[in-house]
Amino acid sequence: MVDTIFEKSRPSRRAAAQRIEGEVAHQLIPEPYRRTSPPALPEVSELQAVRHFTNLARRNFSIDTHFYPLGSCTMKYNPRGAHRAAMQDGFLKRHPLTPTSHSQGVLACLFELQEILQNVTGTAQVCLTPMAGAQGELTGALMIKAYHADNNDHERTEIIVPTAAHGTNPATASMAGLVAKEVEVDADGDVDLESLKRVVSAKTAGVMLTNPSTCAVFERRIQAISDIVHDAGGLLYYDGANLNAILGRARPGDMQFDVLHLNLHKTFATPHGGGGPGAGPVGANERLAPYLPTPMVTKSDDGYRWVDESERPKSIGRLSAFMGNVGILLRAYAYSLLLGGNGMCNVSEYATLNANYLMKRLADAGFHPAYPDRRATHEFAISLRQEAKETGVTAMDFAKRLLDYGFHAPTTYFPLLIPECFLIEPTETETKEELDAFADAMIAILREAQQNPELVKQAPHQQSVGRLDEVHAVRHLDVTAH
Amino acid sequence: MPFIPHTHADKDSMLETLGIASTEELFDEIPKNIQCDGLPDVPDGISEMSMLRHMAERAHNDTTGICFLGAGCYDHYIPAAVWDIASRGEFLTAYTPYQAEASQGTLQLVYEFQTMLASLTAMDVANASVYDGASALAEAILMAVRVNRKSKSRRVLVPASTHPFYLATVKSIVTHQGIDVEIVPSVDGVTPISDIDLDEAVAVVLQQPNFFGVLEDADSLTTKAHEAGALMIGVVNPMTLALLKPPGDWGDTGADIVCGDGQPLGIPMASGGPSFGFLCTRMAHVRQLPGRIAGRTQDKDGNDGFVLTLQAREQHIRRAKATSNICTNQGLLVTAATIYMTLLGPQGLVEVASACVRNTHLLVDRLTSHPNVTKHFNTPFFHECVLDFGEPADKLQQKFLKHGILGGHPLTGLIEKGEQSMLVCATEARSEQDIERYYEALENG
Repeated sequence: MVDTIFEKSRPSRRAAAQRIEGEVAHQLIPEPYRRTSPPALPEVSELQAVRHFTNLARRNFSIDTHFYPLGSCTMKYNPRGAHRAAMQDGFLKRHPLTPTSHSQGVLACLFELQEILQNVTGTAQVCLTPMAGAQGELTGALMIKAYHADNNDHERTEIIVPTAAHGTNPATASMAGLVAKEVEVDADGDVDLESLKRVVSAKTAGVMLTNPSTCAVFERRIQAISDIVHDAGGLLYYDGANLNAILGRARPGDMQFDVLHLNLHKTFATPHGGGGPGAGPVGANERLAPYLPTPMVTKSDDGYRWVDESERPKSIGRLSAFMGNVGILLRAYAYSLLLGGNGMCNVSEYATLNANYLMKRLADAGFHPAYPDRRATHEFAISLRQEAKETGVTAMDFAKRLLDYGFHAPTTYFPLLIPECFLIEPTETETKEELDAFADAMIAILREAQQNPELVKQAPHQQSVGRLDEVHAVRHLDVTAH
Repeated sequence: MPFIPHTHADKDSMLETLGIASTEELFDEIPKNIQCDGLPDVPDGISEMSMLRHMAERAHNDTTGICFLGAGCYDHYIPAAVWDIASRGEFLTAYTPYQAEASQGTLQLVYEFQTMLASLTAMDVANASVYDGASALAEAILMAVRVNRKSKSRRVLVPASTHPFYLATVKSIVTHQGIDVEIVPSVDGVTPISDIDLDEAVAVVLQQPNFFGVLEDADSLTTKAHEAGALMIGVVNPMTLALLKPPGDWGDTGADIVCGDGQPLGIPMASGGPSFGFLCTRMAHVRQLPGRIAGRTQDKDGNDGFVLTLQAREQHIRRAKATSNICTNQGLLVTAATIYMTLLGPQGLVEVASACVRNTHLLVDRLTSHPNVTKHFNTPFFHECVLDFGEPADKLQQKFLKHGILGGHPLTGLIEKGEQSMLVCATEARSEQDIERYYEALENG
């Protein structure tokens, strides 16, 4: 590690970036309300600050620097043009409570984005405010709950999720005050219909599904699932984590989903930012649209305006202080303009081509796709169980060694039901050369695992730190420098 | 084909490797009747140049003038270096630091951020952010109910002087876990501490300064909450903590959970988002804190490094029993805020906070020198204040806009005669000339 910024601090040193003349405003604040000792913020020069954070940046892998095939995260190129579009003064300096008379520019963008996303998902209405996929999920769960409550159907307290579901799905159910029930996934990665029939009941509020699923295959029996759930009085929620696979090719609304979220930081290429911000707009069919959160944007004769709960009495209400992550919504809107409907169809085509090609190359080299008889979608899972058994080298070891080869690791150990799993998502923006280089690295690591397993087990060797001890971090908890 | 690098030769060779004639075959597992025929209702793509021209027109359309609006989002100056560095591709286009060894930059930065936030609030520990201030308060309340196991109650008291959109968000999120949010009415813009009935309350919330800019008696409420067995949740603006007593020092033993919105720390207003919410607490409660936390550890050779820690709290491990469903947070904004706090240092933050307080008092003095304008509350305030204008505020706001002044936030329905009142704010970015222009707009309305 480099020294922390606090170790570089010296009393009374400071940057020139923001200095303001004038007295400390103590006389305007009554004594009992005053702070008595200053906070321990660093005291460094502007150059020290710039150098420190620039050097920290260089210790990151990122899409701009490395192939980043993190499954289920859609680490595609984030266009600089979309970034610049959102970073203009008129957008950055707009206060959220500016009257609509002086907000027609941003409102027009948001309204058109709502329309684009309705078209893309095949839904009746879209609300843009949820600030990440997980908040979109919560939105959907609360809408399902509100719908049943509206129908005096208070016994529906269960949300069904596949055993392979992302952890946010059951966590969301709990946050919404619902109970998560699991449904089995069969050997081909599809939801087991017999298991679904067993778990569906008069208590079923709804089912949360990702399609393509977290097993990275298309849920072929989606219509049968929809019928079973709807016939039992439940609703269908679509987790849009994997929408990149079917963008412009199949729409969740056409698959009879009632409500869904999109991850704009995945499918619509907004920057992941080192862990966010995301944006998780929620769309719904006619039946569930009245329950969408507020605010939304509408268009009337005298221009665009916000719609709040006074016009949407059934809404589940507000989920953020203002309008969610508008800056991210603007980037997604700019990306939609660049691609257009035609470009979006190319996204799913080439994302799928890249994933199938890479899966084939790895399978040909002796790796084991989790579902060898299935097509890859925009991603695919391989199991390194046999390699681990034969060489003692685990998926985690493979992941760490890939860093030395200059590749960010795929998602590891997810989905949980595939042992020693790699979930690999190359995205449409990678070249064939990059995919070949990744496949070659995997083959080289497999050879190392067979010939010199310790080399792989001790990886990484060429990063700024060696393999880090997560258990030590928990046992000797150190979460602040002071 | 924007951003798709494949040449015809690439595609042909890949199809050949796959032994198929066209990419259509790759989609043969999707039932035909649910496939759509493209997206005919989405217009065709345009060039970057055309897109930027279109977006520039839209952005230009929203240029308003001099901002005297606050109400949870503030027009502060942001030093040039903040977004120059935060926009570097290595910060902008990385994701959650799952592979710690390849993410030391983000992880160390988050550790430094946690240190700065904990020090500003005088708490032990901070998380790596949640979505915004409003959702942070909802998470704080859910956390308080988990922490306070002694209390069998699910009654949480929230003053009416809390930001109304925070209140709305809290109601949307926490009531689904059977939590009973009870609103405490304000008297003259402050929470009447001695009248509050804390019987069986599991937690009490206090925003300082409150939504109306008024300073609350946080010391008394904190002590009273603790005596009644309730947890104290503070909602704060981190910039104000350069001058105001930090919640960790409130009352007898300080607040137990502190949350707020980080927008004042180097984040553009940008229509209210993306910003970030923060959550701080005592070490004793760290295992109930939602969201990511970075921790210092060692590598196999004993060198220091950073990882995400205490992950057993989170959804990917604990699933239905996780502290929250939060996954993606607001990492890029945390990056900007950490650079901002570093560039300002303790002295710079005091200067910004002082200038905000001075300018707002100057603004209030100047505007109330007009015969129609009076202060709504006669209580100490920080950098926001409610003024009565004696005429409908929404119409006045439109008049001010004609003079290039964004005059404030009308308080219709929030206080008595609120339709004639506005919450005004003058940050360090406002000059005496700006304030004079506001007065002239008022006079020439």
